[in-house]
Amino acid sequence: MSILTPDAPAQARSYSAYSRPFWQRVVMSREFVVIALLIAAIVYSRSSVEYFDGPQTMYYLFRDSASILLLALPMTAIIITGEIDLSVASTVALTSVCFGMLHVDGGLSVGVAAILAIGLGAVCGAVNGFLVAYVGLPSIAVTIGTMALFRGIGAGLLGTESRTGFPDSWTDLAKQRIVEDQPYPMILIPFVVLAIGFALLLHFSPFGRGVFEIGLNDEAATFTGVDVARTKAILFVLAGTVAGVVGIYTTLVTGVARAENSMGLELQVIAAVLLGGVSIFGGRGALHGVIAGVLLIGVIQRAMLLSGETVNIINIVIGVLLVLSVMSTSLLAPVRRLVAASKGARSSGRTSDSAGKRSLS
Amino acid sequence: MALELADVRKSFGAVVALRSASLSVRAGSIHALVGENGAGKSTLIKIVAGVHRRDAGTFRFHGEDVDFGSTAESKAAGIAVIYQEPTLFPDLSVTENIFMGRQPRGRGRRIDRARMHREAGELFSRLGVSIDPRRLARGLSIADQQIIEIAKAISLDASLLIMDEPTAALSGVEVERLFAVARSLRDEGRALVFISHRFDEVFALCDTVTVMRDGEYVATWDIAETNVDALVAQMVGREVGELFPKAPAEIGDVVLDVRDLGSTGLFQDVSFQVRAGEIVGLAGLVGAGRSEIARAVFGVDRYDTGSVELLGKRVPARSPRAAIRAGMAFVPEDRRKQGLITESSVARNVAGVIRRGLTRGGLLTGRAENRAAGPWAGRLEVKTSALDMTASTMSGGNQQKVVIAKWLATEPRLLIIDEPTRGIDVGTKAEVHRLLSDLAGQGLAILMISSELPEVLGMADRILVVCEGRITAELDRDEATPENVMFAATNSVTHTGTEVPA
Repeated sequence: MSILTPDAPAQARSYSAYSRPFWQRVVMSREFVVIALLIAAIVYSRSSVEYFDGPQTMYYLFRDSASILLLALPMTAIIITGEIDLSVASTVALTSVCFGMLHVDGGLSVGVAAILAIGLGAVCGAVNGFLVAYVGLPSIAVTIGTMALFRGIGAGLLGTESRTGFPDSWTDLAKQRIVEDQPYPMILIPFVVLAIGFALLLHFSPFGRGVFEIGLNDEAATFTGVDVARTKAILFVLAGTVAGVVGIYTTLVTGVARAENSMGLELQVIAAVLLGGVSIFGGRGALHGVIAGVLLIGVIQRAMLLSGETVNIINIVIGVLLVLSVMSTSLLAPVRRLVAASKGARSSGRTSDSAGKRSLS
Repeated sequence: MALELADVRKSFGAVVALRSASLSVRAGSIHALVGENGAGKSTLIKIVAGVHRRDAGTFRFHGEDVDFGSTAESKAAGIAVIYQEPTLFPDLSVTENIFMGRQPRGRGRRIDRARMHREAGELFSRLGVSIDPRRLARGLSIADQQIIEIAKAISLDASLLIMDEPTAALSGVEVERLFAVARSLRDEGRALVFISHRFDEVFALCDTVTVMRDGEYVATWDIAETNVDALVAQMVGREVGELFPKAPAEIGDVVLDVRDLGSTGLFQDVSFQVRAGEIVGLAGLVGAGRSEIARAVFGVDRYDTGSVELLGKRVPARSPRAAIRAGMAFVPEDRRKQGLITESSVARNVAGVIRRGLTRGGLLTGRAENRAAGPWAGRLEVKTSALDMTASTMSGGNQQKVVIAKWLATEPRLLIIDEPTRGIDVGTKAEVHRLLSDLAGQGLAILMISSELPEVLGMADRILVVCEGRITAELDRDEATPENVMFAATNSVTHTGTEVPA
């Protein structure tokens, strides 16, 4: 059809793609602030905290943050749609228990048991996704319920027992470094692969655009042809699947499968995602900021532990940081407006609009 | 005079809602206020109720100059407004609703429930209705809810009651009961203002009638001195002429075929076709079910019966995606809530529907979106400094252009456009009209919903008038006049002579 072909010559205007220069777009973002803080924290710790630049510090930082890093990937997408998943840590525990039982009691090989456990994680996610997306229940209520449910099933299966006795080849692999004498554990390989996958999905795909639109205005997203329910359901299934992977990792790296694994991890994940610049109201956020947020918390914890602070003090510092980061949205806004005002003069002014007219009808 | 308004002006930003509105209501009378959609009736009422403040003009209540800054002030002065859809607290009892915020206190400052129930019962018997004062408001019919509102007004001893289209959702018996109540209130010496689109009711109930048009006072009559024809002529009374010319276009094959579409409580037996090159206008009053029909056709809402076909192929129900794939585009009524993501950039909004086609190797980049969006924004002359500006910074007219650009980018076969020019400035309005005419000329089928009668009459090749969920008239461009459209829209006798059941 030839309706208004876009390349019709008629009085076409052209537009610059961006209203602000590149450096401004980079510097005036929440993500940049988090990354800058992360770099500052690392530089400071390396110079002032004893043993921080030792060979073990960064290795343990990565190894201990790996679960949060992994779970933060789907959690970011879910929070951007305006939903939340509080059940991820319980899914980790349930998959850990099932993985251990399938291998130790069921005699399945580690590989087969892991695949089945990851599948179970996906099923857990699908339960959440179905209830939230298709039944239309609020995700905070649904996942508080399944948080208790999934861990409860795990505890029902194993009680207070635990399963150990995984082959050394696997538990060693979980702890191994990619390159000898470098601080990068093996788990970073699947993490980097997944991170690239999630970044492409969220920031470079039509699906990802839909995720942001749902968070900003789900009604308009529906009118634009975004399948809101399907999008949300997919994200919850992804969260469950990743939780399954974390369940396997946690089991192998600690060598123990039990229902108490990863207690409270979901709140650490959500805290890191919010610190990374994702809005709890949905529609805003970026994956690189979240990854920096997770690492920032890790670096602060590590550095303060090394300088002999207690866990309580560390929690206070991280809590304050989180509150400040949530406030920073409103702190950044005036700066943005100031810059916009100097630019805004040449763009067309905002005129008052439908609000008044609507009251006529 | 209970109420005197003279030369009242009110504008919202650039939009003038009331130019020069006047209304005088005697105590002990029922006064009708009539006018088209957008004539300014509701704005005028809201000024009386204290929702809006007038910009200029006289406003006297029982001879005293007043200026209400809030609804609480107007209530205290004795003005009660009963809206079409009353807003009661569903989980509180009928009595608690009536005495909300001013419950009688007994010993120890506790609420005196017995007295409250007794007084509510007295109010109901005075109104001649039987509603249990102790029952919950949830589940009451709209008619009963209005009675509760009226009871509340009487208990406040309101001397002026304003009813904004109270009968729109009522059955015949309920209307009679409401009228009986209204007459008894009049006989007690209160003043009543009755807004209605149903002329038979205006003539059955009211003593005087005031006509408004385009935010201005037109005339006031004793009801005995006028008739339906004269009122309709005064309501529309303006030259429609060539205000919004649609260039003649070649009418092609059927693009959209809607058969027997029905959705319980919203619309029934809706059948129509739209052909290539044709603009079909859906006219009718606000709330008649026009937007609901459009939403069901596009698949945003469900429907219970009937079918929708595009180019001879059945379009699956309840899926905007399927509708888009079939070749439909839908510019919805509420731009900010439905039409676009105001927090998102111009580029992302314009590329919002076509983005699946912009991927390379499955990946979508901002560059690809900018490249695709730029020309469409340019073709519609969207005014913005850059493609990454958020839509929230733009004027209503520019936002509407972004929405239209987004849908034209999909190269649709059918464009459904709901209120194409609501809340946008005159210049952009003309641009939108020229664009619609051009598009039809290029073979696009257009279904246009508009509450502005001149727009429908000027733009549409064919007009379907919707009244209370049914199509009550189908008029060709040549035979459509403001009068016969208004007749059909208000459920009166249509030009074809068919009697439409009330």
